[in-house]
Amino acid sequence: MTIDFAHFTPYASLFGGILIGLAAFILLAFNGRVMGISGIFASALTNHPVGGLWRWFFLAGTVIGPLVYLGFREEALLVRPVSEGTMLYIGGFIVGLGSMIGAGCTSGHGICGLARLSPRSFLAVMTFMISAVVTVLIVHSGS
Amino acid sequence: MPVFIALISGVLFGIGLAMGGMLDPAKVVGFLDIFGLWDPSLAFVMGGGVIVNLIGYHGFIRRMGQPVCDARFHLPQKQSFDMQLIAGSALFGIGWGITGLCPGPAVASLFTNLDTGAIFLACVGGGLLAGKVISSQFWPA
Repeated sequence: MTIDFAHFTPYASLFGGILIGLAAFILLAFNGRVMGISGIFASALTNHPVGGLWRWFFLAGTVIGPLVYLGFREEALLVRPVSEGTMLYIGGFIVGLGSMIGAGCTSGHGICGLARLSPRSFLAVMTFMISAVVTVLIVHSGS
Repeated sequence: MPVFIALISGVLFGIGLAMGGMLDPAKVVGFLDIFGLWDPSLAFVMGGGVIVNLIGYHGFIRRMGQPVCDARFHLPQKQSFDMQLIAGSALFGIGWGITGLCPGPAVASLFTNLDTGAIFLACVGGGLLAGKVISSQFWPA
């Protein structure tokens, strides 16, 4: 294992993580809702919009957030795609499919579930971390 | 009030994702590439998020009878392990490894990645809906 110090951003990433944690805490403390994006997005698409209006507001905030962040800095946001075309879109479909069947993704299981010490979330996080590491090893090794 | 809270929470979440590096697929893959040139940054995103919530949940929320703006906490009730949890999470990991984007960054990238953000988000949405149909067919509640 070699550490990639050229791209390592411990402070920005820790601060970003703290903001994500605060976002989840606020949503649960005030609205009683778990900040799981796959669940919020899926329910926004399928539930009646009036009862679940908060979901659309949350998603709108998520879209606005990076623009707010960009307003405070000089340089553009670094976005380097790792896959394109059919591969990217099939990958996106699998991301949605898997997180729905597995009842959560990196936010719901990863941030919220682990903090609640949920055994299901521990198993889910272990599983998707292993499968993502193996997938990267096969698809992106040497890139 | 709840919609305003949701908006604030979403904005904080979006800023956190952008600042943490989660909107850059190559950085995510750099984190997952533990056998190659490894960028541990995203462990700090995860760690920061979990620690804040660990304190928030066990220090505050568990002592609250109900949330400020709702009658009850809507927490997952299921405790048991099942095949869906493992199979779904494994699938999700494959998609995350291929694209370097999970659902939160997929939403947050709508305007930061104008080339493919909208189509990618639609693909994630399609996968979620397909997953909902498959779950209700094979594992009715």
